[in-house]
Amino acid sequence: MEKSYWVFIERTRVILTFMLAYKYASLQCSIAIFDVKNTYKTSEELILAIHLLQQDLQPLLAGLTFKELFTLLTLGAGSLLTGDPAFNYQEHELNERLKRLYPAVNEEETPLPRSWSPKDKYSYIGLSQNNLRVHYKGHGKNHKDAASVRATHPIPAACGIYYFEVKIVSKGRDGYMGIGLSAQGDNMNRLPGWDKHSYGYHGDDGHSFCSSGTGQPYGPTFTTGDVIGCCVNLINNTCFYTKNGHSLGNKLSALSFCPCLSFQPNLYPTVGLQTPGEIVDANFGQQPFVFDIEDYMSEWRAKIHSMIARFPIGERLGDWQAVLQNMVSSYLVHHGYCATAMTFARATETMIQEDQTSIKNRQRIQKLVLAGRVGEAIDATQQLYPGLLEHDPNLLFMLKCRQFVEMVNGTDSEVRCFSARSPKSQDSYPGSPNLSPRHGATNAHLHNTGADSPTCSNGVTPTNKNKSHNKYTGVSSASASSSPSSSPSSVNYSESNSTDSTKSQPHSATSNQETSDSEMEIEAEHYSNGVTESSTRIMNGTYKHQEILQADDNSVDDSCSSRQLCGGNQAATERMIQFGRELQALSEQLCRQYGKNATHKKMLQDAFSLLAYSDPWNCPVGQQLDPMQREAICSALNSAILESQNLPKQPPLMLALGQATECVQLMAKVRSGSCSFARVDNFLH
Amino acid sequence: KCLFHTEGLFKPEKKKKKNFDMKNAVIGNNRQKANLIVLGAVPRLLYLLQQSSSSLELRTECAVVLGSLSMGTENNIKSLVDCHIIPALLQGLLCSDLIFIEACLRCLRTIFISPVTPVQLLYTDPTVIPHLMSLLSRSQHTQEYITQIFAHCCKTPEHQTVLFNHGAIQNIAPLLISPSYKVRMQALKCFSVLAYENAQVSMTLVNVLVDGEQLSQVFVRMMQRDKPIEMQLTAAKCLTYMCRAGAIRTDDNCIVLKTLPCLVRMCSKERLLEERVEGAETLAYLMEPDIELQRIASVTDHLVSMLADYFKYPSSVSAITDIKRLDHDLKHAHELRQAAFKLYASLGSNDEDIRKKITETENMMDRIVSGLSESSIKVRLAAVRCLHSLSRSVQQLRTSFHDHAVWKPLMKLLQNAPDEVLVMASSTLCNLLLEFSPSKEPILESGVIELLCSLTQSDSPALRVNGIWALMNMAFQADQKVKVEIVQALGTEQLFRLLSDPDTNVLMKTLGLLRNLLSTRPHIDQIMSSHGKQIMQAVTLILEGEHSIEVKEQTLCILANIADGNTAKELIMTNDDMLQKIKYYMGHSNVKLQLAATFCISNLIWNEEDGSQERQDKLREMGFVDILHKLTQASDPNLCDRAKTAMQQYLA
Repeated sequence: MEKSYWVFIERTRVILTFMLAYKYASLQCSIAIFDVKNTYKTSEELILAIHLLQQDLQPLLAGLTFKELFTLLTLGAGSLLTGDPAFNYQEHELNERLKRLYPAVNEEETPLPRSWSPKDKYSYIGLSQNNLRVHYKGHGKNHKDAASVRATHPIPAACGIYYFEVKIVSKGRDGYMGIGLSAQGDNMNRLPGWDKHSYGYHGDDGHSFCSSGTGQPYGPTFTTGDVIGCCVNLINNTCFYTKNGHSLGNKLSALSFCPCLSFQPNLYPTVGLQTPGEIVDANFGQQPFVFDIEDYMSEWRAKIHSMIARFPIGERLGDWQAVLQNMVSSYLVHHGYCATAMTFARATETMIQEDQTSIKNRQRIQKLVLAGRVGEAIDATQQLYPGLLEHDPNLLFMLKCRQFVEMVNGTDSEVRCFSARSPKSQDSYPGSPNLSPRHGATNAHLHNTGADSPTCSNGVTPTNKNKSHNKYTGVSSASASSSPSSSPSSVNYSESNSTDSTKSQPHSATSNQETSDSEMEIEAEHYSNGVTESSTRIMNGTYKHQEILQADDNSVDDSCSSRQLCGGNQAATERMIQFGRELQALSEQLCRQYGKNATHKKMLQDAFSLLAYSDPWNCPVGQQLDPMQREAICSALNSAILESQNLPKQPPLMLALGQATECVQLMAKVRSGSCSFARVDNFLH
Repeated sequence: KCLFHTEGLFKPEKKKKKNFDMKNAVIGNNRQKANLIVLGAVPRLLYLLQQSSSSLELRTECAVVLGSLSMGTENNIKSLVDCHIIPALLQGLLCSDLIFIEACLRCLRTIFISPVTPVQLLYTDPTVIPHLMSLLSRSQHTQEYITQIFAHCCKTPEHQTVLFNHGAIQNIAPLLISPSYKVRMQALKCFSVLAYENAQVSMTLVNVLVDGEQLSQVFVRMMQRDKPIEMQLTAAKCLTYMCRAGAIRTDDNCIVLKTLPCLVRMCSKERLLEERVEGAETLAYLMEPDIELQRIASVTDHLVSMLADYFKYPSSVSAITDIKRLDHDLKHAHELRQAAFKLYASLGSNDEDIRKKITETENMMDRIVSGLSESSIKVRLAAVRCLHSLSRSVQQLRTSFHDHAVWKPLMKLLQNAPDEVLVMASSTLCNLLLEFSPSKEPILESGVIELLCSLTQSDSPALRVNGIWALMNMAFQADQKVKVEIVQALGTEQLFRLLSDPDTNVLMKTLGLLRNLLSTRPHIDQIMSSHGKQIMQAVTLILEGEHSIEVKEQTLCILANIADGNTAKELIMTNDDMLQKIKYYMGHSNVKLQLAATFCISNLIWNEEDGSQERQDKLREMGFVDILHKLTQASDPNLCDRAKTAMQQYLA
């Protein structure tokens, strides 16, 4: 008896784990993975589980939902598992739903309500079931015994539209329940709606209370078994309630009543109870809502999008077009897409302020930086723009630091010249994986459409191109589909570098592709950086970005583990050490001249730390070596050059984007709800 | 100039050029179009179009020009149809060239969607529909035009059947996920007209899969709030029709949580006037038979007060500010009002609380009262429907109906109105004549009896029922004077004609009237003394005839009433045949009939009355006592009691 019971439990466990692993692996449900690891040591065991599922217990499983199985598991073998998986699962559901409903909310700044607050409640209120169930434990004699509880957090304005539901588990003695909103500091010895800045829909009479002791006829009464929802619309500052999935409406008329929420402090989801036996359960997203809130939101999203699309420009239609053309043109010029810019100017009959040679010069310098040949870039800058770097010692220092890093990497020309196998050539840029420049988020799109991205046009000479394409057709076409500019450069890499890097060629191609994919996903970060002035913040932005991509890069590095300091050349290493000393000297000189600079110190430290590891590419500071790190310095240099020519150091397009993004964020701060449906990235597809 | 154009058409070498000129000349110019038609261009164009010897290019141009002409006024279309353009164009569809087919279809589409074109023309040639079905696969344009033609030309159940039998559902369903919005929309409209009051189509629709998804789910997706309003509304119509045809349950989530809220949204102030009308009408239709839907709708988005806005057109603001707006408002004002009345009628048809809510809506009763005398027949009909729905409430009859003297306009409406209005109005009057209704008295005084009696002579069974029903209600516990007046006005002849009415309802209500007339002893005796013979004849006739249990029960009840009279009793006691019948029914298998018959006997043998002893003796002789004795053992407690009471009369 005892034994068969345990066999059953064990089987259930096996099946459930399989279910988890199989069905929900895509959700990357952490519990699933955890449990698989714990239960199965070998793949044979997993296959056994599949076998069991298919043969023995299929009838048992039929009709059971994932959640039910989960509960079964926790009931039968709860002690065998660490933690409460059912709860974890709910938690996971909750997070997914909240993310989907309120994508514009930054929960680090403004967390969403997830449960009732055990602190922010009247003493007559009892909480249970992860602080989701509320029951009344007072005397309930009269309205003086009313008691409320608020959610843990207020509703963030960036929600745009916020919604929560409450299920009436029991109406208790009289069913004097109120569901609604209140501000922090409101008296908790009251039902929502009675006091200033509080709103409530009451079950006993179906009235709506709006900061007043007397309610207005609003909707039907509610009682045990009903699900009451409260929806806050921060776009038009209204609120309406739902009953069992039906909107009760907020349209103002003689009979009905609409609480107007303008000029509000932060509002919290609130429930109030007044008589013994009253029990309600909250749903802040733990479960699917009865009311189709997503449908309601989609209407408002469509409304706001059409409002933006139909924004009247009136008489200024012509101006508008000129402005847009100017923006595109200046963006192309800024990043040195010379030929494209010229073609665009010809087609639209617009003027380009900067002359062609200047554009080409900048393009050349940028390409040098992006190829990791910072030394040459510095030389070229000094030659073409004398005085520029002298007047901007910060920039010079940053460049030199980068040069040092590139020396470690083995890409800078000062160490490269020691290597016989990698000839210095004007036409191909050998070195580590050479990615396309990232000037901001939009470049991914522009690259795809633009005919003339730097690496494509210049990075590969016609002969070289043909040859390499023949050799690696499959690979280059694969990556070309996602980011045309990255494929030729990765081909170059294999051409010029040692044999081991040729081996890793397919890997780098794949990783390139992946990088460009992830680039799309995290666009938003780039805009905000695009508008900031200081280069350090740009670097920070890229840093964060880098962390996400770390996994991919590691896989590349693993495959070419024979990568060596300065390309493995002794002379080069010596040169690097010497350069390091020069850099140290420069730093000290700057310190004397301009005072201490923490950023410089950090930069220098990080760069020098690379030498402390046997494998700098796989060390805690190794991400510095990533070619992507070149972009920040590249754009800083480009901006500096442009500024020296009295040209804007940011392309107006990026400024506009950045400004729009900032505006939307500002809207969230000033509690203008439409920001959640007017996100910039919604319009960048 | 135009003459020149048409002449050109007859010179072969210039045909194409002229045609081209003509096309450009007529585009967007209705007068030029009319001119061309007057000058006889149409037959020439049709001739060229049908000439298989002319080049495809020319034929296509012809179809394009004809298409352009059809875009003009209704008169243009009439002339085109008179020139037999439809068969010519349909013939053109047999050509294999897609461009030419599309041009023909475009022109056909424009002609068929015009209200002046008889839709029957699409169905005269039985090969046309299957051919159109086969053309659906050709291009997005053919899909758009053909579905649009179907959507406009499917007006009757016969049309629905023709289209259904030619595979309309299978052919059109895939178009619901077409990349073209126009195609999706027209396909959706097709389904809405196909499913309307058609159980066969609706039942088929629920089982159709589009790309692996159930059709009802496709419709639900089309009702999402970010979809165009037109699409939401039409999808809601489809689901409504499917639901009303019994293909979807009324408690299905796609109805309760999707269709109903969607239709309520269509009634909101933000929608266009046309959309609000359609939304309200569809919603009224959806929830008409289902009290639960009515309850949900009544609390959704404050629908009841939202509808009050329907009466605010033209608004006082529009009159002053904008003449165009005023015109628009005026045009839709009637439609809005009738739609609102319809929806109120549907909302209030079952639930007392909802009725109360409606009558408490601002000026609601006044609006109904004025609606009853509006010039538009549609509004009058809808208003009286609404009034009828509300008149089912005892409370409203006693209060608001009386306060607003609704009977006055109602009586006026009854004077001369079309039958459909009369049916509703007389039905409402029935309720107003209920005994507890305070309006009963004033109505009686207004000479309603004549009117009701004339209704009983109507050809329409519904009107006959309502007329006699109202009389029945009126006679209930009425004064002797009223009763006499009813009998006089109706005339015994008409009364007996009604007793042989083919409509069971009429018969039942007539019997009800008789029963009400024959209540309280003096009334019974008086009426039986003057009409006893005929009444007894009629009763015999019915008891002998093939009638339902209810009819016979009612008749036996009348007999029981007669047996309660002082002198009227003798009409039964002297009629042995009748007594035998009563005896027969006392032994009937149906308890109700047994009960009614026993009641009758019980009245006859009641002790305290004159001559009861003789009657008891006679009935004992006839063997009634034995039957009564048996009935005291009956399993039905009522019957048992009744039999015991009767037996006691013998014992006393």
